[in-house]
Amino acid sequence: MVASRGKDSNPARIPALGIRLLLLVLISIVLMYLDHRENHLDAARKAIGAAVYPIQLIVDAPVRLWAWLGESTTSRGDLQLEVGRLNAERLLTNARLQRLTALEAENARLRALLDARAKVRDEVRVAEIMAVDANPYEHNLIIDIGSRDGAYDGQAIVSADGVVGQVIRTGLMTSQAVLISDTDHALPVEINRNGLRTIAVGTGEIDRLDLPFLPNNADIRAGDLLVTSGLGGSFPAGYPVAVIDAVTRIPQEPFANVTAKPSAALDQVREVMLIWSAAPVIEEQEDE
Amino acid sequence: MSRDRASRRLPVIGTLLVGLMLSIMPLPDTIAPFRPDWLALLTIFWAMQLPRTWSVGSAWIVGLILDVSYGTLLGQHALALCVIAFITVRFHLLMRVFPLSQLSATVFAMLALYQFLLFWINGVSSVAAPPVTYWAPVVTGTLIWPFLYMFLTGVRYRARAGG
Repeated sequence: MVASRGKDSNPARIPALGIRLLLLVLISIVLMYLDHRENHLDAARKAIGAAVYPIQLIVDAPVRLWAWLGESTTSRGDLQLEVGRLNAERLLTNARLQRLTALEAENARLRALLDARAKVRDEVRVAEIMAVDANPYEHNLIIDIGSRDGAYDGQAIVSADGVVGQVIRTGLMTSQAVLISDTDHALPVEINRNGLRTIAVGTGEIDRLDLPFLPNNADIRAGDLLVTSGLGGSFPAGYPVAVIDAVTRIPQEPFANVTAKPSAALDQVREVMLIWSAAPVIEEQEDE
Repeated sequence: MSRDRASRRLPVIGTLLVGLMLSIMPLPDTIAPFRPDWLALLTIFWAMQLPRTWSVGSAWIVGLILDVSYGTLLGQHALALCVIAFITVRFHLLMRVFPLSQLSATVFAMLALYQFLLFWINGVSSVAAPPVTYWAPVVTGTLIWPFLYMFLTGVRYRARAGG
């Protein structure tokens, strides 16, 4: 606006600069408003995201190359060791899995007796995390599965050790996910030992969750395992989330200070699993 | 004419692509908050050098791309970038004759404004308040500016000589 009243004698004056700025600022504000209120701009985001995809691939390439080099240059001895370790691990998991089949059958029988809806197995698919940093103040990550592969907003993401986060924006080839440690993320959980339900809120620290809504007399102690309760609708029930770190009870305060450590190493995972929950998903499907 | 334009645009687009890569390149958590705003620095440089080919409109588009890759509100970085592009284009003649120290001070002020605009939009859209390290890119950006300036001047003259 200053420019429009600038000196016309200035030979280096760029014409209509102020007006262009004003226009762009207005467009930006409208865009931000639309983006903030509703997801009206999903298509635009996807289009620009597809253009950014090659750049993300290039940025990701050195890390991938490094991992590939590491894999292809390991010595025979190391490989043999790893095969041995994996074999032992497989044996153990197989043994545990045998029991699981029996337990699952028993569970189904009991649920049938109780007339409750049977818990169906969830569909999973492995996704790779791209080595692309997003905003450092939000705990986000980019995974290489997009709406092309059937990913949807709100989809749960787990690693081998526990819940990692959920998809917040699906692009065509990639999706953006938020980690459970993000300050904006809250996850309905229950304590595995006694079924006490509460909510685990991200703290912004990668290895800590807060449980702010537990009363002082709640039956909770350090070492308790938190699992997803499935109440929020986006996470299927029963996945491990975190282990209680510390419980501090201050007599004057109504709520106890409870912190937990996520079971999954949120900053170290490279491969995660997307879950297509078999349970009816409570969310809008219009934006397909 | 078109050849001339292409030779003017090529270094700009090339450096912007590299800048975008540097902006999304993974860094260790301890130094990630200190990552300079490469695209803001590049916007200042090119708006100063080529105010006619590289002005508020192009800066706005780059900002949109940055918004998508950062997953921020669509238009947030676009607005901040086109505002600093405007200020640079408006004062490009003055900035060209500044000694490097004075120019760095100007860049510091502009980076602070850029970061403030982002901060303010975050506040309006009720994103949680960031820690103090949020302002670190202003300092690191200013520290890196003299080197970037010399490097980009070199790129520019080489491209011109080659074209």
